[in-house]
Amino acid sequence: MRLKSLVPVIYILFLMLPIYWLVAMSFKTTNEILAGFSLFPQTWTLANYIEIFTDPTWYWGYINSIIYVTMNTVISVLVALPAAYAFSRYSFVGDKHLFFWLLTNRMAPAAVFALPFFQLYSAVGLFDTHLAVALAHCLFNIPLAVWILEGFMSGVPKELDETAYVDGYSFPRFFATIFLPAIKSGVGVAAFFCFMFSWVEMLLSKTLTAVEAKPIAAVMTRTASSAGYELGLLAAAGTLTIIPGAIVIYFVRNYIAKGFALGRV
Amino acid sequence: MKTQNQRAWLFVTPVLLLVAFNALIPMMTVVNYSVQETFGDNLFFWQGLDWFEQVLRSERFHNALGRQFLFTFLILIIEVPLGIAIALSMPKQGPWVPFCLVTMALPMLIPWNVVGAMWNIFTLPDIGLLGYFMNHTLGISYDMTQNPLAAWVTIIVMDVWHWTSLVVLLAYAGLVSIPNAYYQAAEIDGASNWAVFRFIQLPKMKTVLTIAILLRFMDSFNIYTEPFVLTGGGPGNSTTLLSIDLVKIALGQFDLGPAAAMSLIYFAITLLASWLFYTLMTMNDNKS
Repeated sequence: MRLKSLVPVIYILFLMLPIYWLVAMSFKTTNEILAGFSLFPQTWTLANYIEIFTDPTWYWGYINSIIYVTMNTVISVLVALPAAYAFSRYSFVGDKHLFFWLLTNRMAPAAVFALPFFQLYSAVGLFDTHLAVALAHCLFNIPLAVWILEGFMSGVPKELDETAYVDGYSFPRFFATIFLPAIKSGVGVAAFFCFMFSWVEMLLSKTLTAVEAKPIAAVMTRTASSAGYELGLLAAAGTLTIIPGAIVIYFVRNYIAKGFALGRV
Repeated sequence: MKTQNQRAWLFVTPVLLLVAFNALIPMMTVVNYSVQETFGDNLFFWQGLDWFEQVLRSERFHNALGRQFLFTFLILIIEVPLGIAIALSMPKQGPWVPFCLVTMALPMLIPWNVVGAMWNIFTLPDIGLLGYFMNHTLGISYDMTQNPLAAWVTIIVMDVWHWTSLVVLLAYAGLVSIPNAYYQAAEIDGASNWAVFRFIQLPKMKTVLTIAILLRFMDSFNIYTEPFVLTGGGPGNSTTLLSIDLVKIALGQFDLGPAAAMSLIYFAITLLASWLFYTLMTMNDNKS
């Protein structure tokens, strides 16, 4: 029995080790990193963080990422809400095919879309804008949001809708004042997952931007390749990207499984 | 029973337009390139199905596809049993549960290139924690940039680190939904631990495990950023998975025709997997 309870502990330790190393590295000076191995930072320094917060290319990377992630989350959830309602309440010609087609986009390899996206968004004059990345991420986030919301909406009994209509509610009023509050945790989970998948994706966001909307992920690869051994800086930048996820995850801890299962648990 | 209502199409129109803009137009571009040859200046020549034939016969594609299947196979046979074992050993309730859930989910929320960079720093032979431990404490020569086997072990361990929690969380969600009465009945019958697992827990986890396996199959099949940042596909071509190879051809060499043909073949494979996913999932929906 005691052996059994050790398993999660060992697993969590394994998960934390690389993260610990990243954080430890971010507090070391470049000299200490190059001098050799040390388990803890010998001389603690905030220089890496100070550089990130004072250099516009660095901190604008974060701001750019946050801008397009937020835009994407808002767009995805807003358009997914009515669609998910339609899928959960009505049957219409082609509904099953449409639902399946949405799913195929969630499963599509991003690498297939990299080049055509570059051409498409250049052609419509959106290349290197936040909107381009936000729209491109809709490819996999809208299907995800529709599926998750549909899962939550199907859990709400249909009698709720019917009672509201009998009581004389119009559809918009019913949707906003009765239905939305009933599925608010679903909206939260869908928003969280859109936020997350837009935040972690790099191939498309890097392909669609050059200077103006460059995400933090792309700024990091530039540093890694051109400046050689600025490991401390890279580690600090990496550490900062973990923080947004770490903050919001507590609120959705009980729904993470449901979100990954596209609303089907 | 759902109501028949054709006006529901109005509700799905915004989704349809946005996703179609992102999916159909690029797909048409890819189809267009896959049947033409270009020498620049926007001059195109009809090429028929030659690119498809070339890709399907090329050793490079076979190798990348083989590596891709090997990678996906390895991470599935490690992550799924490991994830189930961890989920089974987690407490059903108590103050530790939220802590476990949050810390376990953390790796999945880290940007994919940071995951690659983090493992790169972690495994550097002389200054990384793992690299130092292997080379200097255990005395095993370990250098990902030189040794293909080390590179493979590293990308597998990295993926296990990154995604096993997905299986854990889904399996755990299935486990906590089992009513206590089932376990009490098993105890009265004197069922062994194995019998409890085989006849109570596993059947109850079937739905979530199907989802977990298919999601892991597809996401690992499309993996690009993490191994690319970690190994760059090397040493040599040893860790060049399908996506990495495709991006190399499309954006590196700008060989649009072969890249487009390869994209469509790649997409067809994921489409088949999606169909399987959908069928299994709706089968489960209908049963419950």
